[in-house]
Amino acid sequence: MSRLSEKNLVIAKEIIARYPRQKSALIPLLHLAQEQSGYISKDAMVHLGELVGVTSAEVYGTASFYEMFRFEPIGKYLINICGTMSCALMGAEELMHHAEKRLGVKAGGTTQDGMFTLAHAECQAACTEAPCLQVNYRYRLRVTPADIDNLIDDLQTGKLSDEIPAHGVLSKVRQVIPADRAVGAIAPELVTESPVWLNGKAAL
Amino acid sequence: MSTTFKHAPGFVSGDRPKIVTSRFEFADSFTIERYLATDGYKGLRAALTRPASEIHDEVKSATVLGRGGAGFPAGTKWGLTPQQVWPRYLVVNGDESEPGTYKDRLLMERDPHQLIEGCLIACYAAGLSQCFLYIRGEMALAQERVATALNDAYAAGYVGKNILGSKFSVDIVLHWGAGAYVVGEETALIESLEGNRGMPRLKPPFFPAVNGLYGQPTIVNNVETLANLPWLLCNGVAAYTAIGTKTSPGTRMVAVSGHVKRPGVFEIINGITTFRDLIFGEEFCGGIKNDNKLKAFVPGGGSAPWFTADQLDLPFEASQVGPAGSMLGSGAVIVMDETTDIPAAALTLTHFYAHESCGKCTPCREGGTWLERIMRRIVDGDGTDADLQQLLEVGAMICPGDFPHAANEKLGLTAVPFPYKMTTICFVGPSAFAPVHSALTLFRSEFESRVTKRVTIPVTSVSSVKTVATAGVHS
Ligand SMILES: Cc1cc2nc3c(=O)[nH]c(=O)nc-3n(C[C@H](O)[C@H](O)[C@H](O)COP(=O)(O)O)c2cc1C
Ligand code: SF4
Ligand code: FES
Repeated sequence: MSRLSEKNLVIAKEIIARYPRQKSALIPLLHLAQEQSGYISKDAMVHLGELVGVTSAEVYGTASFYEMFRFEPIGKYLINICGTMSCALMGAEELMHHAEKRLGVKAGGTTQDGMFTLAHAECQAACTEAPCLQVNYRYRLRVTPADIDNLIDDLQTGKLSDEIPAHGVLSKVRQVIPADRAVGAIAPELVTESPVWLNGKAAL
Repeated sequence: MSTTFKHAPGFVSGDRPKIVTSRFEFADSFTIERYLATDGYKGLRAALTRPASEIHDEVKSATVLGRGGAGFPAGTKWGLTPQQVWPRYLVVNGDESEPGTYKDRLLMERDPHQLIEGCLIACYAAGLSQCFLYIRGEMALAQERVATALNDAYAAGYVGKNILGSKFSVDIVLHWGAGAYVVGEETALIESLEGNRGMPRLKPPFFPAVNGLYGQPTIVNNVETLANLPWLLCNGVAAYTAIGTKTSPGTRMVAVSGHVKRPGVFEIINGITTFRDLIFGEEFCGGIKNDNKLKAFVPGGGSAPWFTADQLDLPFEASQVGPAGSMLGSGAVIVMDETTDIPAAALTLTHFYAHESCGKCTPCREGGTWLERIMRRIVDGDGTDADLQQLLEVGAMICPGDFPHAANEKLGLTAVPFPYKMTTICFVGPSAFAPVHSALTLFRSEFESRVTKRVTIPVTSVSSVKTVATAGVHS
């Protein structure tokens, strides 16, 4: 039942129209599906395949390459603790042990109440602020075990619900290209001439 | 004097020229209002009042080096597209995920309009008719900031049809990934942007500038590379090349992490600033944590062979770091002090590259996994002395011949210069071996003290490949 909702279908069509080839929209659309349900269902993949003109197997082929896509429900909050070198040097392992004890699950597991999924992650581009983690891809920097306790408390009591949306939502702002400003995507085979501004003269 | 800002975590400002971080001091640096109040879109306007070819020549003569890893000059790259083949595309590489690297995310979060203006200048100069700005999937805030900036820039007439009322029209499409390090490799980035699994393509024939997105000529540039262009257009080539050296002009963003007193991201003067300045200088990291001794450092992101104190006086200059046995890569220095467990530290990197292998080439897919398993066995105390030889043998299947490493006076080693030979399509395979090779070459005794003597059947009765395979199964 988790084909894209009507509202998301409108967004999906807008996204597809931005690309010279429809299949290019696939990863953004997979994110849209994950935003809608927290994970990507088979029905969603069938729907996305219809939208961009490929089989659902091809959709899964692409989706399964990327670590952020989940094909089964996970916790509302995905806690990714970085364990790559800079964070490892600064105590990432201790953080992971602490989080495992506090949540009562091993890395990769989800708590029984469906609130938290704990995972080991690779370098998050915050290496100077090690050790670090992301909750639903929102950063926590120079994290101590006590910070982990506070974070989990705050997530449990809903204190952070404004800042951190449920798993699946990335950017809270979408790109909108106004129709009167858009150049529009053109299939490459339909373009035969050089851009008009390459005429040896200034454009302005 | 060094200053930090709560709104730009990690960034450390100083009394140095600022090309890409000039607005970081402002808490609202990401808004169009702040951008316009601080010379924003002035470089674009200046560019549009001149023919595109002049702007291309200007970028060429400024020698704006690529900041994504390879250090190839942007202006030269733009010139590699075949004549009269249209359309051409710009793909912006915002997939920052090389271990130790933290700069492109800051540039996208703190000054998205600067990046957008850079994209526009590149498209104008090189005749690129659509731009795709690919941001790493895990960077929700960067996506949010760039989306907002694009929406504002479209509304204000800086992006889209007839920019600033001129003949120049280009769309910038925000695209975002979904977690795969290898997608940062430019041909994998293009595959991913086409909606496929992000596996690198063979070069040749798939050099992006000739045969890239949808088979069309495509320029792939790093976020920081493009962020340099607005300043260059506002201030001119002479001002740009007055900073840094002739071969490495301008500045570059460098993240220093690990065991230093004050880790941070700095915009440093290219070609001049040394590793000693960065690690020990008061305006930079201020020395090693707890005044410990320096053991080793990674000079250019997780893929780079390691340096020790012997190389501290090298500047950020590719023509000196390459012959010394490593690379500047993505501007990431990771510092290890004397307390570091070297095999364990190397294992985190080998695990990373083995984990991120796309699986297309056997030496990377299998070799990376073997390296990781053997390393883990050694770190866990289950290794034997034969494992050390095996690490090198597996490495030689990925990178035949002498692997680059630094000189070391105490060990009597002379440098083997960068680069290496490789049997794989991209650098992920060799990168799994680089930390192993560095650790084993520079700190062999740490491995030897951890492994036990191997009691085993004579090697003559088993082929070397079988030995490795057996080792894998036992781990
Ligand atoms: C495995 C691998 C990962 C890479 N990751 C990135 C990356 O995250 N960001 C980036 O800009 N370049 C990355 N590169 C380099 C790109 O292939 C490409 O050279 C670069 O984006 C070109 O931009 P520049 O010329 O402006 O530096 C990577 C290369 C390899 C082999
Ligand atoms: S080297 Fe590794 S990551 Fe790169 S193409 Fe080959 S298998 Fe894929
Ligand atoms: S190593 Fe953890 S953020 Fe880079």
